[in-house]
Amino acid sequence: MSAATVTIHEPELQWRASARGRLGMYCLIAAEAAIFTIFVVAYLFYMGKSHSGPTPQQVLHVPILFTICLLSSSLTIHLAVRSLRKSKTGAFARWWFLTLFLGTTFLAGTVVEWRHLIYDEGLTIQTNLFGTTYYSLVGLHAFHVLMGLLALGIVWLFAMFGRVKREHAERVDTLALYWHFVDTVWVVVFLVVYVIGR
Amino acid sequence: MATDAITLPETQETVGAKRPLVDRFHEWITTVDHKQLGVMYILYALAFLLVGGVEATIMRIQLSAPHKDFVSPQVFNRMFTMHGTTMIFFVAMPLVFGLANYLVPLMIGARDMAFPRLNAFSFWLSAFGGILLYFSLVGANGLYGAGNAPDVGWFAYAPLTSHTFSVGHSTDFWTLSLLVSGFGSIGTAINIIVTILCLRCPGMKLGKMPLFVWLNLVMAGLVILAVSPLSAAQIMLSIDRYLGGHFFDTQAGGSAVIWMHFFWIFGHPEVYVLVIPAFAVASEVIPVFSRKAIFGYPVMVAATVAIAFVGMSVWAHHMFTVGMSSNANAFFVLSTMAVAVPTGIKIFNWLATMWGGKIDFKPPMLFCAGFLFQFLLAGLTGIMLSAAPFDWQLGNSYFVVAHFHYVIVGGILFCLFAAFYYWYPKATGRMCNELLGKLHFWLFFIGFHLTFDFMHVPGLLGMPRRIYTYEPGRGWDTWNLIVGIGVVFQAAGVLVFAANLIWSYFSGKIAGNDPWDAWTLEWTTSSPPPAYNFAVIPSVKSRRPLWDLKHPEDPDWKYE
Repeated sequence: MSAATVTIHEPELQWRASARGRLGMYCLIAAEAAIFTIFVVAYLFYMGKSHSGPTPQQVLHVPILFTICLLSSSLTIHLAVRSLRKSKTGAFARWWFLTLFLGTTFLAGTVVEWRHLIYDEGLTIQTNLFGTTYYSLVGLHAFHVLMGLLALGIVWLFAMFGRVKREHAERVDTLALYWHFVDTVWVVVFLVVYVIGR
Repeated sequence: MATDAITLPETQETVGAKRPLVDRFHEWITTVDHKQLGVMYILYALAFLLVGGVEATIMRIQLSAPHKDFVSPQVFNRMFTMHGTTMIFFVAMPLVFGLANYLVPLMIGARDMAFPRLNAFSFWLSAFGGILLYFSLVGANGLYGAGNAPDVGWFAYAPLTSHTFSVGHSTDFWTLSLLVSGFGSIGTAINIIVTILCLRCPGMKLGKMPLFVWLNLVMAGLVILAVSPLSAAQIMLSIDRYLGGHFFDTQAGGSAVIWMHFFWIFGHPEVYVLVIPAFAVASEVIPVFSRKAIFGYPVMVAATVAIAFVGMSVWAHHMFTVGMSSNANAFFVLSTMAVAVPTGIKIFNWLATMWGGKIDFKPPMLFCAGFLFQFLLAGLTGIMLSAAPFDWQLGNSYFVVAHFHYVIVGGILFCLFAAFYYWYPKATGRMCNELLGKLHFWLFFIGFHLTFDFMHVPGLLGMPRRIYTYEPGRGWDTWNLIVGIGVVFQAAGVLVFAANLIWSYFSGKIAGNDPWDAWTLEWTTSSPPPAYNFAVIPSVKSRRPLWDLKHPEDPDWKYE
């Protein structure tokens, strides 16, 4: 109640205001991680249990190039946010666009891979357990990449009109946090699907 | 501070009364205010409580005597499915979220939740989830083109949910409804966590938060870890049903057991999601009506965290009868029994709070006293069922049904009723009628014990759950009749409760800011609180800021 007590806590309050979005994103990431965990468990559980082919050994190719694209986009988005913190909006827009480009390339890679699997190898989500678990897990991740790309695209549009400034760095960083999460999930999916499962 | 908070809302209220109905309706629909959303959660849950109660009544009429044909077996299946799904997802969850929404910002001295628009979004997701479930009654084409409701049981074991056994779309409505409301729950949980961790008023360190806030923080964490797996499982089920996947399709090598695991990884922590807020209510009501500070605050927090932690690793005790390895059985037996330790600590702490206190048996305290006694019994049958050999004998029997209703009705619902009587004056500005409140308690108490005490017996005598009728002469008849008679008392109690809520809203005694002489921050605001809650953000020095204000000569912060 006394004014003295309030002033003592003033700096702490400012710190709290900026942490809100980040903490919310961390919670969302926790929830998403739980969802992915269940899908990963299902993939591991059903590994080698398909009654019929094709099997992962026959049809899967390790998407090294696209993986490099996605993982390096974590670096570019980090550099973008760092540029924005230093008020270098031009550099921000360039790094941001590069992130968008790398992410889109990854998604295009998934499209190419799925096209190959469906039309050349005859593997659909209905074919066998491998098809069901593979398309679900990779598709769930691809859906998260797509959502991330939409958000990145919106920010990029704002940046093109010169609306993204240094004061938005915290918010942009929160989005970057989501993007890092999507990349981290890919490391797990990659290990499970293309290393352990193959 | 207090005067500011009182004068402004009164002008607002007089303005509000003059506005046309459409305007006020529009305000409720578009609101992002945590108090209005909290009230909407609660009203929505109360409506579904009546619906779920009617479904339970239909089942009990059907089972009150052998060979009755009040409803067909098909309708009976739909009734137990809808009753379970409704009560868990559209009564208990929204009640819990409504209370948290309304009270957490007030208790931590904040003006709203951290993300008000996410809050509104989450509420409407949950609300549409419930509507989606009941829309199946008209929207889901059954075998003959007639509408039908889901009939796969509330845990929807595979392969019952496959196209072969669930013709039409009723199961799809069930899946989508839980998926949608699940996303709403996750959104609200995120909001609660961020609100508690980021918006506390100056001086309110984690160790100075009211226990209600602490327990809701733990609850929200559990929601994030428990409801997400359910959402994942529902996505898989949708993939199976819509896209022809094979997750739970045993013909193609899929596993029915993995659905059980996924469901109960959600399903058991869900019990704690519901019971921890009930503990939260008891931890606020019991001290105030015993006129003593809570006994063992840090231990209460630690015990709650321990319950949540251990509660994450007990799910397969729902699956002893499935046939797991003896190692798995041993693990889940021991982890389940371990939950009893922190729970016992909490019960002793509440008793120690009451010990030597000046106990005032107003309706909230009556319900909390009932809770203590009944929750202990529910825990004891829980320990019995946690022993795998005992569970092999009684799994899937009415003993199990009696046990979990003892937890959910005798434990959780009693505490939620206490919460209604305790915070109703804050939310409406008027006291609930005490006499009607006591009548409600005694009717419901008698009804509860008639129904659920005697429900254990047919279970012990071998009556399985989910059967729509039974042969005479198995010794089940009388017990089922008594169980049915209890429903009459419970229904009467709930009707008295509803009448009390409505009557008191219009003609209850004016409550004032602090009718219970309580100690937490929500009682410093006017009743109902203004839209901004606090004109000046308060600062606190102890766990009972109002005690410090009322007793400047002997404040709490000297001892904490």
